[in-house]
Amino acid sequence: MEGVLKVNKALCDVCGTCVSVCYVSAIVVKEFEINIDNEKCIKCLNCVKVCPFEAIEEEK
Amino acid sequence: MIKQIAPYYDVIVIGGGPAGAVTARYAAENGASVLILERDREVGIPVRCAEGVSVTGISPFIEPDEQWICTMIKGASLHSPDGNYVEMYNNGDGYVLERRIFDRALVDLACSKGATILTKADAIGFVKNNDGEISGVQYRYLGKIYSVNCKIIIGADGIESQVGKWAGINTTIKLEDLETCVQYTVNNIKVNPELCRFYFGREVSPGGYLWVFPKSEYSANIGIGICGIETKPNIGPLYYLNKFIENNYPNASVSYTVGGGVPTKHGTDFVADHVMLVGDAARQVNPITGGGIVQAMIAGRICGETCTKALQANDFSKKFMSEYEKRWDKVLGANQRFMYSVKSSFIKMSDKKFNSIVGAVKSINQDELNLHALFKVALKEEPMLVAKMATSFLASKIKFDW
Repeated sequence: MEGVLKVNKALCDVCGTCVSVCYVSAIVVKEFEINIDNEKCIKCLNCVKVCPFEAIEEEK
Repeated sequence: MIKQIAPYYDVIVIGGGPAGAVTARYAAENGASVLILERDREVGIPVRCAEGVSVTGISPFIEPDEQWICTMIKGASLHSPDGNYVEMYNNGDGYVLERRIFDRALVDLACSKGATILTKADAIGFVKNNDGEISGVQYRYLGKIYSVNCKIIIGADGIESQVGKWAGINTTIKLEDLETCVQYTVNNIKVNPELCRFYFGREVSPGGYLWVFPKSEYSANIGIGICGIETKPNIGPLYYLNKFIENNYPNASVSYTVGGGVPTKHGTDFVADHVMLVGDAARQVNPITGGGIVQAMIAGRICGETCTKALQANDFSKKFMSEYEKRWDKVLGANQRFMYSVKSSFIKMSDKKFNSIVGAVKSINQDELNLHALFKVALKEEPMLVAKMATSFLASKIKFDW
């Protein structure tokens, strides 16, 4: 199993692009922050690829 | 005394952008009680938009007002990777907007028809009755959670649409149908305030384009969208945008920075029981230009009118309200499918192809040069397009709006 995905808040613009490409609805915007549910996440890394500021990082 | 939020509204609109405001306005105009919930402290922020619209596109919905018009656009210049470019002036005029003010004007219009808006109100879920049927919305407001009942919920909550997810509507976007974007608003530059510039090429903006939309003679929105399948680690939209600005506007100073995603394929399901999606939430965006404001307004009107009909019939089923999807398809469906087929070829186009298209278009007489003429040239250059466009043309009623 790969590492978990984490949002680097210093880079995140809370634009929601990551939410729109998540097939398993593992990402939500909550109180102006992006939340990734790593239990649901299937590590397709779509969110990592489309984040305009590359704010989603895989923690090994 | 601040106007109280009632315990019930016929329609609750989640999101106060153009899609939500126009839907609210048409629903309210026909007598529905409407509440708009906006999660930010004001509508119109943060601006995630290049702010270009066509005059003919927005004129059916709002009287022009210099307060929200930054520049009047007369033409567009298209730049191929070899540095060649062509200017086009026969596609109708456009505006570069001040979205922050424009969005507020649209909400004011909705409220003048009877709608109510609450800002800093973040929708967090549906309320359901004992039968499991949707009967309202829960929202967080100044640290407390409230519920309000309604018959219809409008998801105008943008690309990340939570409403779509709560309603079980599949809104997931494939990487090839998404543009990942970064935009700077810059000053300390010199630009022609009547010309929008578009730059193409694998080294400039793979699978998308880079834009320079003037906000005045000395400032512009300079942004880029690259296709979701074209990003590599550390080589995303920001990398390409910075490279462009260093090369073309080295003295530019950045006064605003924003990121965001643009869907380039329209959704097919916008409706569930008690729920309709509109605007970016329904992926109602021009697949080629990425423009969503006019699309949102057209859909918003249909959506608002469908609210009225559902309330009159007291029928909020997916089946009844799918009239919204059918009417949308009649007005915009053929256009969207055509634009999407062109976009699918466009995102794969080589630099050589861009160079030869712009080169060939340059030979067209300026008076006859418009998007139709451009597409004709593109057809000759890109035979794969021919088959796709021929099928789409059969659907007719193609509009080249932006």
